[in-house]
Amino acid sequence: MDYTLKEMMAIVAAREIRNDDIVFCGTGISMLAAMAAKNINAPESVIFFETGAIDSKLEDLPLAVGDPRIMYQSSSNGGLLESFATMQNPFTGSHIVGILGAAQIDIYGNLNSTVIGDYHAPDVRFSGSGGACDVASFVSRSIIFMKQEKRKFKNKLDYLTSPGYLDGPEARKKAGLPEGGPVSVVTDMGMMAFDSESKKMFLKGYYPGITPEEILQNMEFEIDVTRAEEITPPSANELSLLREKCDPHRLIL
Amino acid sequence: MKVNGNKITSLEGAVKTHVKDGCHLSIGGFTINRNPMAAVYEIIRQKTKNLHLYAHSNGQGADELIGAGAVSCLEIAYGGTGKFAATCIRFRKAVEEEKIQVEDYTNYQMTLRFLAGSMGVPFLPSRTSLGTDIIEKWGFAPEFRNQQPNIPNKKLVVLENPFDDWCDTKKIVLVPAINPDVTIIHVQKADYRGNCRIDGLTFADVEQAKAARTLIITCEELLDDDYLKNQPDRNQIPFIHADAVVHIPYGAYPTACYKYYDYDPVFLKQYAELAKNEEKYQSYLESIYNRKSHRELLDFVGRGRLEMIKADKNRGYAAKLDRR
Repeated sequence: MDYTLKEMMAIVAAREIRNDDIVFCGTGISMLAAMAAKNINAPESVIFFETGAIDSKLEDLPLAVGDPRIMYQSSSNGGLLESFATMQNPFTGSHIVGILGAAQIDIYGNLNSTVIGDYHAPDVRFSGSGGACDVASFVSRSIIFMKQEKRKFKNKLDYLTSPGYLDGPEARKKAGLPEGGPVSVVTDMGMMAFDSESKKMFLKGYYPGITPEEILQNMEFEIDVTRAEEITPPSANELSLLREKCDPHRLIL
Repeated sequence: MKVNGNKITSLEGAVKTHVKDGCHLSIGGFTINRNPMAAVYEIIRQKTKNLHLYAHSNGQGADELIGAGAVSCLEIAYGGTGKFAATCIRFRKAVEEEKIQVEDYTNYQMTLRFLAGSMGVPFLPSRTSLGTDIIEKWGFAPEFRNQQPNIPNKKLVVLENPFDDWCDTKKIVLVPAINPDVTIIHVQKADYRGNCRIDGLTFADVEQAKAARTLIITCEELLDDDYLKNQPDRNQIPFIHADAVVHIPYGAYPTACYKYYDYDPVFLKQYAELAKNEEKYQSYLESIYNRKSHRELLDFVGRGRLEMIKADKNRGYAAKLDRR
C-alpha cells in the first residue's frame, strides 16, 4: 500500500477519536485528522472550532480556523467567548478532545509554540498560544502532532505555552488546573502515550520501516520503548476516504 | 460611543479624527476573515505611528499594521494566517528584531479582557494558563507598565479561589480589562446610526466593539434604519456604541466576509512571499501609500479575481475557488 507520512499521521490520530467525542481542532493536519475521524471511524464525533462554530458541515476543507467554510451549516455560529466557555465548562469540557501542534514538547507533554531562545530577545518567534493554552488547560484529553526531531523533543522548553502534565503526577492539580492532559503524541515516525502513574511519555508504536532506536535518536530525552508495537498502516478504505472525502484538492496532504 | 445622529462618514475622515499616533487600537476579525482591511490600509496611508495594538488572532490586519511600522506595542494571542503563514511574517520579523514590545496572552484571555472592558469591571477570572510561562514571563517590564497610565500595573494575577473550593476550583487567573481608544470592525450590514448585523461567526467583535471608547464600523451594505430593526434578533451591536459608520464594499478584502466573498488566496500567497523580502515589502508599502482609496486596490486586483472569490448564495463562501 502506497501512502505518505502525512496520510499515516492523519489516520493514526483519527483512530484515537471516538464517537461522542467533541473534537477541537486547529489548522492543517489537525483539521484533517478530525475530518478523517468523522469520515472513517467516528462518524458521530463532533467537530468544534475555537472561533465559535460547532458541528460545521465541512463540505470543503478549511485552511484556517477563521475560514468561512467552518460557518456553513454549523449548529451555531457564536464567537470566541462561547467556544472557550464550552471547554472550561466541566459538563462539556470533559467530552472534548483537543488536537494541538507545537514547536517543542517535553517528556510531560508540555508545549512551546511561542519562541526559541530568550522570550525577551527571541531567536525565532512563533505564532503564540492562540487558543492552544486554553484547550490544553481545560479539556480532558489532547492529541499532539509533532515532527520527530531532536530540537523539538526537548529536555527543557524555551517557553511553556500550553500545559501538559507540567512537572509530573499531581502537578496540574497543584497548579490549579482542571484534570486532563495529553494522551498521545503522533509524529512522522510513531506514536507516544503517557504513563498513567509517572505521567511521562513512552513509545506506544512505531511505523512500519522505523525502529524504536531511530525514534530515540530523534529526541533529546529518553523514553521507555518496551511497550512499543508496530502500528498498522492505513488501509485502502481509510486512504481513499481521507483522499477523496477530506482533502480532494490536496490542500494539506 | 455617541448616542444619536447620523454617523456616516468617509474612511479617511474617520481614521484622521479617531486613530491618532500612540492610540490604543483593536481591530475585529480573525486570521483571514473579516479583518477591517480597508481601514488598516487607510491607517497605513496616513502613516499613523506608535499604535498600541490589542489582537487576539487578527492575522492579516495585525501583520500589515506591524509591517508598515505603525505599531510599537502589541498585546496578542496568535500571529498567524493558517496555511498562508503559520506565523505572520512581518510580526515574526518585528519581534525577532525587537522593533515592537510584545505581551502574550491566550485567545480566551484576550476575549475576556475585552468583555471585562465592555462590562466596566477591572478584570475577569478564568482557569486557563495556570503553571505556564504565560503567567511567569512578562513582555512589558514593570517600569514600563508603571510609566504608562493607560495600561494596568500587572500582566495578570493568580488568586486562590476566594470561595474556597467552590466549583472544584482552587486557583483562578485574573486578566485585566481592555478599553481600547478605538475599535474598528467590518460587518456585513449597518445603518446610518451604527446598528450592526454580522453574518457567521462574530469572533470577539462584539466585545471589542462594546469595550471601546470610540467605535468605527465599516460595512458591506449600508441599509435603511428600518431594515435592521425589522429583525432585531439578528443584530449584535446596537447603535449607541458607534461613532462612525463607513460604507465600503469589499472592506475586508483580501480577507473573507461570510456570505459576500471569500479570502483571496492569490493575494495572501503573494503577500506571504513579498513579506519575506525587505525590498519587495518596501515597494508593497509604497503601493499602499500611492493609492487614494480601497477602491483603487479593488480596481488593481480586477473584476476577474473579485468574481472568483464571490460567495455562493448557499454556502457563504466561494466553493469552487482554487486555493492551492
